[in-house]
Order: sequence, then structure tokens, then C-alpha cells
Amino acid sequence: MFSAQRRLCSLNSTAKFLTINSSKILGLPTSAMSLKITNAKRIEGLDRNVWIEFTKLAADPSVVNLGQGLPDISPPIYVKEKLSKIAAIDSLNQYTRGFGHPSLVKALACLYEKFYQNQINPNKEILVTVGAYGFLFNAIQGLIDEGDEVIIIMPFYDCYEPMVRMAGATPVFIPLRSKPVNGKKWSSSDWTLDPQELASKFNSKTKAIILNTPHNPIGKVYTKEELQVIADLCIKYDTLCISDEVYEWLVYTGNTHLKIATFPGMWERTITIGSAGKTFSVTGWKLGWSIGPHHLIKHLQTVQQNTIYTCATPLQEALAQAFWIDIKRMDDPECYFNSLPKELEVKRDRMIHLLENLGLKPIVPDGGYFIIADVSLLDADLSGMKDSNEPYDYKFVKWMTKNKKLSAIPVSAFCNTETKLQFEKFVRFCFIKKDSTLDAAEEIIKAWTGQKF
Amino acid sequence: MVSFNIFFCPLCFSNPVARSDPDLVLARSSVCGIHTLASEPFFGQSVLLPLLCLWRSHQCPKALGGMFRNVAAIYLHLAGLFQRKKAGTSLTRCMHQTFAMAKRLQARRLDGIDHNPWVEFGKMASEYDVVNLGQGFPDFPPPNFAIQAFQLALNSDFMLNQYTKAFGYPPLTKILASFFGKLLGQEIVPLKNVLVTVGAYGALFTAFQALVDEGDEVIIMEPFFDCYEPMTLMAGGRPVFVTLKPSPTQDGELDSASSWQLDPTELASKFTSRTKALILNTPNNPVGKVFSKAELELVASLCQQHDVICISDEVYQWLVYDGHQHISIASLPGMWERTLTIGSAGKSFSATGWKVGWALGPDSLLKHLRTVHQNTVYHCPTQGQAAVAQSFQHEQLHFGQPSSYFVQLPQAVRRYRDHMIRSLQSVGLRPVVPQGSYFLIADISDFKTQMPDLPGDADEPYDSRFVKWMIRNKGLAAIPVSVFYSTPHRKQFDHYVRFCFVKDESTLQAMDEKLQKWKDELRP
Repeated sequence: MFSAQRRLCSLNSTAKFLTINSSKILGLPTSAMSLKITNAKRIEGLDRNVWIEFTKLAADPSVVNLGQGLPDISPPIYVKEKLSKIAAIDSLNQYTRGFGHPSLVKALACLYEKFYQNQINPNKEILVTVGAYGFLFNAIQGLIDEGDEVIIIMPFYDCYEPMVRMAGATPVFIPLRSKPVNGKKWSSSDWTLDPQELASKFNSKTKAIILNTPHNPIGKVYTKEELQVIADLCIKYDTLCISDEVYEWLVYTGNTHLKIATFPGMWERTITIGSAGKTFSVTGWKLGWSIGPHHLIKHLQTVQQNTIYTCATPLQEALAQAFWIDIKRMDDPECYFNSLPKELEVKRDRMIHLLENLGLKPIVPDGGYFIIADVSLLDADLSGMKDSNEPYDYKFVKWMTKNKKLSAIPVSAFCNTETKLQFEKFVRFCFIKKDSTLDAAEEIIKAWTGQKF
Repeated sequence: MVSFNIFFCPLCFSNPVARSDPDLVLARSSVCGIHTLASEPFFGQSVLLPLLCLWRSHQCPKALGGMFRNVAAIYLHLAGLFQRKKAGTSLTRCMHQTFAMAKRLQARRLDGIDHNPWVEFGKMASEYDVVNLGQGFPDFPPPNFAIQAFQLALNSDFMLNQYTKAFGYPPLTKILASFFGKLLGQEIVPLKNVLVTVGAYGALFTAFQALVDEGDEVIIMEPFFDCYEPMTLMAGGRPVFVTLKPSPTQDGELDSASSWQLDPTELASKFTSRTKALILNTPNNPVGKVFSKAELELVASLCQQHDVICISDEVYQWLVYDGHQHISIASLPGMWERTLTIGSAGKSFSATGWKVGWALGPDSLLKHLRTVHQNTVYHCPTQGQAAVAQSFQHEQLHFGQPSSYFVQLPQAVRRYRDHMIRSLQSVGLRPVVPQGSYFLIADISDFKTQMPDLPGDADEPYDSRFVKWMIRNKGLAAIPVSVFYSTPHRKQFDHYVRFCFVKDESTLQAMDEKLQKWKDELRP
């Protein structure tokens, strides 16, 4: 009956007029389903998401959650106070400028000019987005086409791959590989890219490389030499660099965060991401920004005006005011950009110590707020875990959450399907947690080490 | 072989093949014979290469014009950069930073969607001393209970500063489910049937990306909220337009938005086997039409017959006047399973800057929107959602009563509408009385007859030139309605201008002053 109707529809307009009423006359079911109600091809295979799965697991309040990267410490008081005052100002409850609230883009320009040694045009070279996540989407949709290749360094923040695929492009993966450590402490700086292997990934179809420094999940802070290798290849192959620097302020003693956009030849081909959530410990504000040359930013602006149009006004104003406070005292230890990494370094060291006590092999991160650790030495008995097709670390984390009430994130979630096995013995712990959370984790670990498996 | 940046050879620059193949470029430059010298960043690229290309173009005169243009462009770019260079920055560093990529930058999905009329008119409105009746946002504050809700969200649990659930802050999805479940006569489950988005704009984008594929057709009723077309295009879809047409009015009577109607036969003819979705907007922006039950039943029957998804943009659902009733098409028989209903906290609570919206629908559709959402923004800001949840709690308690904001707001706004309708007529503008939304459109045909030659670009529709003239000379900003039409129809519908009347009394009085001055200038 349905196909008969369709044939009728392709006839002339008289027939079409009849068919409008035919369904009623013939008493056909009017809620016939889903012949065409199918998803667009661009999202095929992108429905699974590690966070949805694991945050559900860790939602049990008796679990100590060291999984998802969200602080359970309070943001700085002045940040909260600013937002509170602003919500009372009428005009700040209405739409603001689509590409970024004026006072915020001015503050960002003023801050970042210190690093770029160029003047930054707040209206043309900055875009405010819905978190750094939203920025990644704008950049990939704006600049990556079907058939392009994008180089992704593994392990990678998990959204890079699905976003690249959603744009119809092909991700090309290259793993960070560890040097042998020979007794000394394993550091994130031991994980490097092989320059020749990296060069072999570039070709004329390579549109962009996504760089993440400081790196999630390993915590690596790329050195000048390492960035120079990447820069040279970008220039040689006329490639874009999307530089995810959300953890830019979180670098620990002995390390310096370097911006690849400041390297010779790179400003014109790099977009750099920042995040309010990671800068001021306010992940729920979902504000991020991108900085780059206008000929790149304008395409991200086009995506913005066709997706969400503008970001929330009161949050942007509050962020601007918080920035002004810290911009004025950048050399002061009280400046949040200085005080937060100092606070986190202590927590990092504590977490490393705890994981070592547990018998794990943690990799000391030079930046960021995660530690990954090799859990294979524990030789936990996971035979009771269902779904034996899952990588080892998925099973380990589920087992640990269920039996030890401690949650983390499996590092193979940050790898593509083919290379999950390379990282399946690693698990990621987040340490931007208040002392009582770390105390609770310590209790669990103490009890664990007293038990047999 | 020395590897270096030779894409900036002006001659090679103009050759698309060379651009994409580094080996080929190297080969060509080796013919030039001075590639090793060209590797020196300053001297080579700014001096030697252009000289080299002069030599080459002497051999091949066809290249000369293009070469000069490219060299000139490079030198201009250099001059620009030197101006921005800060003291102490090395010249070499500046030089390295001059050279833009040769590859095509933007993705093809952005073709044709980069222009934005709001940017242009917004800029003009800020440059002149105007009463801005253009963009659709209130210039009065949100209601006290909403502001207090936001304050509470900011001052209570500090964990509201952190991520919440990806698909919506639980108290918000819960209240949306219960509030709209009653209105739609449907059992709505928070986790399956509700998605919170960055404004209704974000919900629309998510819907298009989730459901519209290359080659799919999307039926759009003109005039339309301007983002529907570029969002369809960005998803690779093909917009198919059907026009709301005004019926003729009696002399002396004002036109009404309800007289703007679709021709049923024309609408039916737009459906083909490729039609994936139809986008409905009621109350309609810009005309202010509130679709009647009969009109919605027609749309519903066609959607069911052709197995088409209905995306129903209902952001102005509370802004209905004169006893008209907003009906959600999802509440009609057989429609829930194929409809996405989009709403906006910004329009509901006069807080457009909070950017909280939602999509409601069956899980079979929402699951695809969730996939897009988790690959685009992933989370929406938490505190705005908490404030909206609290505000809906207030409305649920007061629903249908005189104390409900959803009752008070349209009552107040109707008075603003009536004030504006009276005032605009004094200068010869002919408003079309809207039954809903924030907007009315006014017919400017008389002006088109009296002053047909207003300054503007060659192809610029009359209403756009009129708005610019009005901004510059009469101190009033509005939006030309042709921006809400597809390009082929803009010249046909170039005699209306859109005004937003959701403005404070003081703004309307300022409007009256400008109109009075205009009226005085009309007197001979």
C-alpha cells in the first residue's frame, strides 16, 4: 500500500491532491514508521562514547572518582564572585556579540599578546566557543574537508577521531613511544615521536595535524626541539596545526609550555585553543577560545554563526573580569596561573607515591592533571568480568570501580581501534581533586595492598 | 635534496598542481636552478624568487600578469606585517610569518554560507544614534524569579561550576519532561526524549546534522528564520522553498499575519521521495503568524504520508496574543514519533543571553541528536541550566494562573505590539498585525513608490536599502524582510521591514520621538 502511494505521488498534481486525502479514505495507519527516519551518514559509528559509559559507572556516590577530568576543588573565590555580581546586570542576560563578548576578547588579546609578540586583533583573531570541545568542532568543520587527512598523535583526547570522521576526513595515527627507562622514574618526557615515522605520515593530502600540549592523558609537555620537528613538517607540507593547549598553565617544575604558533612560519597556519574550564577550574562554564590569523579564524566564525551563533553572556563577562584580575599580577605567586600548578604539583607527587605503593608503574606527568599508570604488574584476576572482547584496561577499570570503589579511565579509550592493544595496560587517574578525595583514594589503596587478589 | 618552503615562489604559487605536490614543486624549482639560494628565508623568498620569476616570465610571458599580482600581494602583506611588528622582533621572524598557506583553507561545506546579515545591520545600528528595533531580544530584564534562580545556581553548590551530564542537567531534563509531557499529551522520559542544547539555535543545528544527509531535501516555508537555509546547506541538504502568501486586504484595514497562508496544492507538490524533513516555525518569525489547527493538520498529514520528519521551531510558544492558541504539531495524532519540538529558555524567560534550549522527541530521533551533541559541544554550561530548571519549577507551580510569567509576558508584550502598530502608521508604514512572536513586519510599498532610488548596491533589494536609509536618516533600526527569503525570491519580497516590539516603554517612547520627527519632515 505504501509503495502504491509513492507511485501516485510521482504523478501530476491532480493525483497528488487525491493522495492527500487517500490515507484518510483508505484508513491507512498514519503513524507508519521509519522508512526514512534514519540518521545522517556523517554520524555512522560515532554513537559510542567512553565518558557516557564510565561516568555512569562512577556515578555511585560510594565510588572515589578519579576518572573524568573535572576538578572537585572550588574555583577561585573572585571568579565565583564576579559571576554572581554580573547575573544581576540586566543587559548581561541578553545576547552578546556572536564571535565573543567584547570585554572578553579584549582581555584574551591583552593576555596572549604577551606570548605571541604580535598584536592580536580581538575581533578578527579570536573566537569564543562552547568550551575547547566546541572549538575543536568549529575548527574541524571549518577547515577539514572530505578526503583530507588529519594526523592525530596517540594516545589522543578521544573526540579528535570522531570529529575528524564526522567531517568525512581520514585520521592518520602516530603513537608516542616510550624510551626504555632503566631504573629511573618514568616520565612523560620519555614518550616521544619518532621524527622519521612522523614525516612518513605527511603527504599532499594532509590538511592538518592536531597537537595537544600539555598532553592528555600522558602529561607530556613538548620541548622546543620536538615542536620544531612538527613545525618543519607543517611548513614543508603546507599543513595546518590545530594546537590544543587547554592545560597551558598546568606545567610543573623544570618544564615550560611553548606555543607552536610562535615558531617561525607557524602563526599563519596554526590555531591555538584555550579553555576557561581548565584555566579557572570551572569546567561547567564551557567557554573556550581560539587564537589564530584571520584567514583561518574567519572560517571558524562562519561555522559558529551556523551552529550556536553566540555563547552565554554572563559567563563571558565574568570570565573577562577574572582574567583582568590575573593579567595584572602575572608575576605574582597569587596569580591563579601560578598558584594552581603549584597546588597541583603537590597533589601530583602524592598521587604518584600512592600508585607506586599500589605496585603500579605511573608515568610522572610534566603537565596537565592526569597520570597514567601501567596496571599489568598487579596481575588482577579479571576473569569474572563480562565481555571478554574489551581491552584489558576497560575490564580493569570496571573491576576496580566495582570491587575497590575507585574509578579511573582506560587509556585505550584514547587510541584508535587498531592500536588499542598498545595502550591497554594503562589506566588514567585525575589528580585535580580536593585533599579529602585523595585521602579516600589513599585509604582504598592502603586496604588494597593489604589484600590478595 | 634540500627541503625548503618553496610554495611561496610566485610562479609556483599560481599553479594548483604544484601547490599540492611538494615533489613536483621541487622539480620545477630545480629547473629554475637557484633553489638552494631560495632556501634562505629572507633573501631568497622576498628577493630572489620574485627576480627568478621575472626571469622565468620573460621566457613565458603568459605567467607575467599573474606573477606580478602575486609578488605585489606578497609585498603588500609584508608591509602590513612590518606595521604590526613589535619592537625587537627580528626581521627574519617577521618574514617567516608572512607566508600564508597555499592550500585551499576552508571546507567545502562552508561554501555559500559565510555571509551573515546580522553582522552587517548590527554594525550599522551601533554606528549611528538609533533606536534599535532590529535584533530580537528584550531590552528589559528577565523576571525576578529567574534572576534569583540564576543567583541561587551561582551561590549554592560550587560543583555547579563543573561539568554536568552531557545530555542535560538532570533537574532540568526532569522538569522539561514533566512540563512538556502534560502540554503534548505524551509521556516524556528525561533520558530518552529530552536533549538540552546551546540555545534553540544549537538544537536546530544538532537536528540538521543528525538527520539531513547529502542530497536530502528539506522543505522550508518562506519567509523563514534565516539560519534554516545555511544549516540545510552545511548538512549537504537541498532546501526546497514554499511561500506563505498574504491575502489581499480591504482598503483601510490592516493586514493580519493570519492571512499569510500556504497553498495546500503547492505545499503537497514540494514533497518528493527525497524529502527528509520539513521545518515548521510557529509562532513564525518574521511574520508573526500562529498556525491554526487546520493548517497544522495539513502539514501533519503530508509529513505522515511522505514519511518526513517535522522539525518544529516553537521558541515563541508563549508569545501569542488576542486569544490565539499555540498548538504543538507533535501533539497531533501520529506526529510525536516523527517530530522534534524545539524550545528556548531565552525566549521563554526573556534571558536570551543564557543560551539554553532543548529538543524534545522520540528516542528514535533523539538518539541521533545525542550522537551529534557528544561530538560537537558535548556539555552545555551547568549554571544556566540550573537557573532554567528552577524557573520552570516556578512556572509549573503557577501554570495557567495570572501569576504565571507565561501569562503575564504575552499580556505586557501585546500592549507594546499595539503601541508600535499605532506609531508606525503615523509615517506611512503599514504594519501586518502579528498573532504571536516578538516581531511584526511593516509594508513599505508606499515608500518604494515615492522614493524608489535609495542608495545601495546594484543587486541590493529595496528593503535593505530602505533600512540603511532609515538607520542613517531617521534613527530607527530594523531588519529587511528579504533576508528571510531565498535568494531567487528576494527581489519579489523586498517591500517589508521587520520590527521587534519586545522592548521597554522607554524604548518605545524613544521610537515615538524619532517617528514624530520623521512625520514632521513629511509635511510639505
